[in-house]
Amino acid sequence: MSVLRAENIKAYYKLLDGDVKAVEDVTFSLEAGEILGIAGESGCGKSTLAATLSTVILPPLKLIGGRLIIEDGKNIFELRERTLRMEIRGKYLALIPQSAMNALTPTKKIKHLVIDAIRAHQPRMPKKEILKTSKKQFEEIGLPPRVLESYFFELSGGMKQRSVIAMSSLLNPKVLVADEPTAALDVSTQKIVLNLLVSLKEKGIVQSIIFITHDIAVLRQIADRIMVMYAGMIVEVGGIEDVVFKPLHPYTQGLISTVIVPEPDIKEKVLTGIPGAPPNLKDPPPGCRFHPRCKFVMPECKKKVPPLASKNGKIVLCWLYT
Amino acid sequence: MSFVTGNIILETKNLTKVYEVGLFKKGSIMAVDNVSFNLHKGEIISVVGESGSGKTTMAKIILKLLPSTDGKILYNGKDISEFKKKKDLINYWRHVQGIFQDPYAPFNLFYKVDRVFNIIFNLFEKPFSREERKKMIESSLEMVDLNPKEVLGKYPHQLSGGQRQRILIARSLIVNPEILLADEPTSMIDASTRVDVLKVFLNLREKQGLSIIFITHDVGLAYYISDRMLVMQKGQIVEEGKVEEIIANPKQEYTKKLLSSIPTLTKKWEFFEKNETS
Repeated sequence: MSVLRAENIKAYYKLLDGDVKAVEDVTFSLEAGEILGIAGESGCGKSTLAATLSTVILPPLKLIGGRLIIEDGKNIFELRERTLRMEIRGKYLALIPQSAMNALTPTKKIKHLVIDAIRAHQPRMPKKEILKTSKKQFEEIGLPPRVLESYFFELSGGMKQRSVIAMSSLLNPKVLVADEPTAALDVSTQKIVLNLLVSLKEKGIVQSIIFITHDIAVLRQIADRIMVMYAGMIVEVGGIEDVVFKPLHPYTQGLISTVIVPEPDIKEKVLTGIPGAPPNLKDPPPGCRFHPRCKFVMPECKKKVPPLASKNGKIVLCWLYT
Repeated sequence: MSFVTGNIILETKNLTKVYEVGLFKKGSIMAVDNVSFNLHKGEIISVVGESGSGKTTMAKIILKLLPSTDGKILYNGKDISEFKKKKDLINYWRHVQGIFQDPYAPFNLFYKVDRVFNIIFNLFEKPFSREERKKMIESSLEMVDLNPKEVLGKYPHQLSGGQRQRILIARSLIVNPEILLADEPTSMIDASTRVDVLKVFLNLREKQGLSIIFITHDVGLAYYISDRMLVMQKGQIVEEGKVEEIIANPKQEYTKKLLSSIPTLTKKWEFFEKNETS
């Protein structure tokens, strides 16, 4: 059963000199108990998608169209701001923001932020009770209770990120949207944070996770399914192993071929990369947005956006497979 | 990929840097602790470690941007702390150049990218004419696989991170250095354009015999690009050796932990290992 279904979501940044088409026609569904990875390079719209999915759409970002349907069939883009705040954000859908290093207020202790967060949903809950439950939650995910009594700057990078994750999951949201949660962390801390995210799901604190990153090797470790995003569009969707080992879309192929890992055969491999640079989303190329960099480019690619084709259990947006 | 390397051109002996912190309550941080290594001509070594392990401090000392607390750096047998006069310093910087992490910061958004080349010409004793400069810029841009016509005259926002970083590499190549010190040069560049930057480093070594010190936190990159690897932890070099040997057979606990934390494509981790809290 899907806990979240996105249908043709479009979100543009409305600027004076034109629209930045950051999210274009994104459709997917998130099943219960699944970790869905979204991979893409910087500027491909993945953080904009994260903001849109967590319903934090602030100007100049504007939702142009599309529906986001939750379990009971409601389109949450149609809900009123007050209902969103009380019932959806943090309770059904929670966002782990990108920059854990400066995501929290430095002048308040973590416990004050926790009380603030819970009171937004249960205004009458006494402080003591909040502290008791949050202490339990923090311990459950392996954070010492002293974290609650600390200021943000007293914690190490990994601790900061884990406290942010703990706070995002305080109300046991069904869906957790994690936007580059390990971006500024060391590899060993990254592993601890990934471990925490998986355990949140295993313990049933959250049901499903959308994990956004530029690092395919990280997704390989934790994701069940993966969507590859390029210039605001989803170009390939499939099971993680299918995409990593048998990529279909030329962009995915290029992206996978650039992953450098310390394994014996990497030195012999000739890394090719992808020529050119990602397009400016103010004026994306017509047709398939990847065509100026694609080595299999055909006349159709320049004219029309390819239809979604399904092949070998994957969905791919490319004229090669239609 | 084996490469015949020449004489030692840079050598550090017991290099140490202590940062004094605090105004009333004095404390000190040992950022670089007794580091000794050498660099041969035409060799690429990489310095690997987690954040806070002292990699960048070491780079800054080698580039003479920071004084060391103790220890010596010998460049072609000469102690670099004796370079105090402007002439000596300029001479040193003409042979040892640095490239840093951020390919965005060195560019002024309001000016064309050509401007970043201006200051490097101060390192030459004799002034060059406009024509000569242009020729030098163009030939060094070609060395980093950029088409001068495509990049010159553009504004920074019109170029990708990889292109900008290659422009900065081209800039440091104008003086024809012997040693290039690259401090996390690819960490802010996208995967698809990162490869181009790495290729440039490998080409420069092959064609010009450049020696490169490549500082990174990414062991995969270090393995791909370098001949030898130094693993740093808390300011000390805990392991040193050929990259193939370290990857295949790490000796120190720290190196093992570092290697096991790197996500790879072929192998999937087992989660919920015990004693993994920090």
